[in-house]
Amino acid sequence: MRIFDPHIHMSSRTTDDYRRMAAAGVRAVVEPAFWQGQPRTNPGSFTDYFDALIGWEPFRASQYGIRHHATIALNPKEAGDPRCRPVLGLLPRYLAKDGVVAVGEIGYDSMTADEDTAFAAQLALAVEHRLPALVHTPHRDKARGTRRSLDVVAESGIPPGMVLIDHLNELTVGLVRESGCWAGFSIYPETKMSPPRMVAILREHGLDRMLVNSAADWGVSDPLLTRVTADAMLDAGFSPDDVDRVMWRNPVEFYGQSGRLDLSEIAEVSPTFAGSSILRGGS
Amino acid sequence: MDAGLPAVPDGTGSPGVDQTEAQLLPDVPDAGWLAEARARVAERPETVGRYFAAAGRQVGRAPLADAPGWHADEAARALLLAALPPGRRAEEAGELYGHGDAGEKRAVLKALPMLGIGAAAVPLLLDAIRTNDTRLVAAALGPCARHLDQPAWRQGVLKCVFMGVRLALVHDLAERADAELATMLGALADERAAAGRTMPDDAITLLRSLTREV
Repeated sequence: MRIFDPHIHMSSRTTDDYRRMAAAGVRAVVEPAFWQGQPRTNPGSFTDYFDALIGWEPFRASQYGIRHHATIALNPKEAGDPRCRPVLGLLPRYLAKDGVVAVGEIGYDSMTADEDTAFAAQLALAVEHRLPALVHTPHRDKARGTRRSLDVVAESGIPPGMVLIDHLNELTVGLVRESGCWAGFSIYPETKMSPPRMVAILREHGLDRMLVNSAADWGVSDPLLTRVTADAMLDAGFSPDDVDRVMWRNPVEFYGQSGRLDLSEIAEVSPTFAGSSILRGGS
Repeated sequence: MDAGLPAVPDGTGSPGVDQTEAQLLPDVPDAGWLAEARARVAERPETVGRYFAAAGRQVGRAPLADAPGWHADEAARALLLAALPPGRRAEEAGELYGHGDAGEKRAVLKALPMLGIGAAAVPLLLDAIRTNDTRLVAAALGPCARHLDQPAWRQGVLKCVFMGVRLALVHDLAERADAELATMLGALADERAAAGRTMPDDAITLLRSLTREV
């Protein structure tokens, strides 16, 4: 089994996680720039962080045979802070880099006017740089936040197929499916989405434009829940090809639209080979 | 970082060869794009960042057949730097390194010998040696490392041993290795032995050759 985790914050994880992810079949990850728990107070804190996402982190991943790409943006939680807003002017430099495959995470946290401005400006950057956009949906007031996000996306003129709306659940998936945007689900140990619920959503809505991620970060999260969800799909009667589509081909198709996804170093890992050696190796 | 990691990439398949502009130029694919970019950069140095970031997507990343240890993207980036007016090279190399991803940083380091910027390269070398990215540390110990003073150079070599970077990548190793480096390597060997761990073979060979001379 080969797994591409399309949303995971590896800089908040240990190197041992890379080891365990590789053993579980994870071959590629995308790390979106996000909030680090402690609010940042100046643009330099962001550039050091962005530099790590295109420097140290891909190197750390590569030692476990995992290909690491990033998405870069001023995240919704900090977009309202006037001390952080100059980061918007620094983004074009990063959006030109090889390892940057989308603009993100952008979107809403508290749905303020400042967040509106940063969201629209960064969708415009995605259009300008011909990059996909990764849109975070808010934890609070999620349904309204998702609807409003879709409105902003539509106004921006970016094609819906270039947009991933993330952290969805049973109540927001329908809206996003109708919009033509990609639908992302973050499988968490307690909150957001669980493996059994994810399987039920895939049964109901199909596999097209569906992305499953661990969104693992410094909170209560687990980088192996993509694998747990893949196993739950198989147990529920989905075929290995279905699993490969959701866990590998879909993220490759979405982020591949950047023209920058480079999986050449891991291309030789065939899903069948990896499946037979890893799939049931430990159980 | 410590031993036990599964792989130690150094970004090159063979010892770093000091290539010149004329040697690299015919090897890079998409010669038309590169020629145009170089002309533009020579005329308007401030545009170099744009071409530098996009170079890998333009010319690919394949190893170059006639330039051992060089990949197409690194060569294109080195040639972009070499196309800058001489008076702008040190400043732009510093900017491109400072704002570069790991691939761009490595390309700047590998380009240094052909830029003729002398000791202006030292801050970049020291920064690279300070990282834990084996490819950057290896690239910093190429020909331009002659501008490093002996204490900094010894630390770089010792770091290579510590991280498992092949010593064949260190330029002028035999000429520059001294008694103080032997003392440092000996101490590391003792520490490893006490922990039941080994030293890389090339480090043992170097240590033996140095202690024989002393």
